[in-house]
Amino acid sequence: MKHLTRREAIKNTAGATAVAAVTPALLAAAQAFAAESPWTPEAGASIRMLRWKRFVASEGEATVALLEAFSQATGVKIRLDSEGFEDLRPKAAVAASIGAGPDIIWTIHADPHLYPDAMLDLTDVADHLGAKHGGWYPIAEEYSKRKGQWISLPYTFSGNFLNYRISQIKNVGFDTFPDNTDDFLRMMVELKKAGTPGGFALGNASGDGNCWAHWVLWSHGGRIVDENDNLVLNSPETVASLEYVAKLGKTFIPGVASWLDGHNNKAFLQGACSVSNNGISIYAAAVREGMTEISEDMDHAYWPTAPGQPVREFHVCFPMTVYKHTKYPNACKALLAWLMDAGQYDSFLEASVGYLSHTLKDYDDNPVWTADPKRRVFKDAVHRSKHFGEAGSLSYAAVAVFADFVVVNMVAEAAIGAKTPAEAAADAHKRAARYYKI
Amino acid sequence: MGFLFMLPAAAVLLIFLTYPLGLGIWMGLTDVKVGRPGTFIGLENYAWLFEDDVFWLSVFNTLLYTVVASIIKFGLGLWLAMILNNHFPFKAFIRAIVLLPFIVPTVLSALVFWWIYDSQDSVISWILIEMGVIDTTIDFLGKPNYARASVIAANIWRGIPFVAITLLAGLQTVPQSLYEAATIDGATEWQRFRKITFPLLTPIIAVVMTFSVLFTFTDFQLIWVMTRGGPINATHLMATLSYQRAIIGGSLGEGAAIATAMIPFLLAAILFSYFGLQNRKWQQGGSDD
Repeated sequence: MKHLTRREAIKNTAGATAVAAVTPALLAAAQAFAAESPWTPEAGASIRMLRWKRFVASEGEATVALLEAFSQATGVKIRLDSEGFEDLRPKAAVAASIGAGPDIIWTIHADPHLYPDAMLDLTDVADHLGAKHGGWYPIAEEYSKRKGQWISLPYTFSGNFLNYRISQIKNVGFDTFPDNTDDFLRMMVELKKAGTPGGFALGNASGDGNCWAHWVLWSHGGRIVDENDNLVLNSPETVASLEYVAKLGKTFIPGVASWLDGHNNKAFLQGACSVSNNGISIYAAAVREGMTEISEDMDHAYWPTAPGQPVREFHVCFPMTVYKHTKYPNACKALLAWLMDAGQYDSFLEASVGYLSHTLKDYDDNPVWTADPKRRVFKDAVHRSKHFGEAGSLSYAAVAVFADFVVVNMVAEAAIGAKTPAEAAADAHKRAARYYKI
Repeated sequence: MGFLFMLPAAAVLLIFLTYPLGLGIWMGLTDVKVGRPGTFIGLENYAWLFEDDVFWLSVFNTLLYTVVASIIKFGLGLWLAMILNNHFPFKAFIRAIVLLPFIVPTVLSALVFWWIYDSQDSVISWILIEMGVIDTTIDFLGKPNYARASVIAANIWRGIPFVAITLLAGLQTVPQSLYEAATIDGATEWQRFRKITFPLLTPIIAVVMTFSVLFTFTDFQLIWVMTRGGPINATHLMATLSYQRAIIGGSLGEGAAIATAMIPFLLAAILFSYFGLQNRKWQQGGSDD
């Protein structure tokens, strides 16, 4: 039996300064789990798992400790590899195409919907976990289910909310962050006038760009498709959203048209940006680096809503899934059930310090959400989120339109004035129609 | 027997070149998706692309990128080669240094340019502001035409050493006696370049520019790291669009069709280089008359 060695563990947590050890309590929990697990790993099972490169070292260490404990308790060998998103996604796609490679993949967005036939049915694991831990949040279920079958487990979400400088919005007359789009626009205008503008990524930024572009499309009722996947992008509601974008775009910091995912973090931490959208990484970096002038003067807020519109935000899903080609389906299922069980998932959430949010309702009570009030909004990422196929399904067309940055480009065109809102909506509709006509 | 000796090379070519190329062309004729086999759909992918504004924008961007970058790389590369062909102190050391941009991994140089062109912290903007030339930072990658010029400049910086060092090798094969004879005949420096250097360099120019055009036309990493094809697809090349649609979007067939659509352009570039620049009989195996 080969377990993760210390060296492998260090490698897998990609530069972590210390490796979370398997405590006797954790090992005892793993042994108890192994004795009761509905899935008995196959004899001699060996699992290769591929994940995205962790945001925060403590989460990487916690996950490695959980894998190691499972390995020690069950005898299942586990090899963990990690890759940046850009490399992970093609690797996952190739593995699905050729039917060989990793057994478990921890990926991003709705990628398993690109190759659903290559994924193992995880309905039994999802039902087991849902029944045991208060049920799944509906959006999590939507992300992972296809035709009534769970093709992945919605392991976690990364919340993407508004990050703002408390003193700078106070300076322009806002004691609290606005909860409606009219006040939000007014605040952005005043921030620009005061020489402390905000800014949102308009480049092909797959995280921050997509999160804010989808929110703003939905904010005034615009959407790509209706409930039956009929294309309805070129609508008065979309044009209303883009007219709002055109006004908002005038308040942005110069240069946002080229911003990719990392630019707003940098600008915010330099004190050059008063409002942007991001995960908790800016705050976490400010705390970690001792930049108290930023960390103490910033907070996070929900996205504002337009009058009469429901909450529709876009947060990033990180599903975990098993390939059908695995030789050890029971070992994989047992591992997923172990990772998402109470105790283990709690330690994962705490180690994630707000970067990652839960998808099972019981974990609402995890202390990570009350330990620091500035993490508060991230607790709600999952139940405020929609998926990018809103209000339809996560079809091939939805994935293709999302990957082609159709919404991000449409919003960028309206924001920088390259096209009128009506032209931008019509052109984006035409681009989306290429995929939705299948 | 000769046939047998050729077999290993032929097998390598078949397995690693012909098969992937053939498979790519075939995939372009199907609706294959990631993880799902496709069916033959004829030219439907191409018909789609024909009506796709973003595809045509990527064709325009690719041609602009290739033509402008290749011409400038050739001009500056030739100039640099002629400078390096002279005698000066530390010649070998300086020639080695010139190769640095070509040696540095593309991703690393792309990241450096990403910082140089940063919308807030660009060193170019900073210098110009300090000198009082401009008031606000230049939005290098945020405005479509600025972004195109910026990525072309990065490609030129990276590509010049290849052109320069290869042409330098060519320059060193030009017999000195020809220059001496021309000098005795009273030829000016320009005439010596025009009548001796350039004609004798054309075979190597044909080769180096063919490779340079191929590298530029198929460039991916510089764009992907710096702009991801943005802003608003202004720097999307056919290679980056193909990757975005095939791998991230899952439409392998469509991505393969975009990649296949690059082949005619590449063939045209190769044919132009060979027949346009190697137009003397001796360069094509004829007698030297």
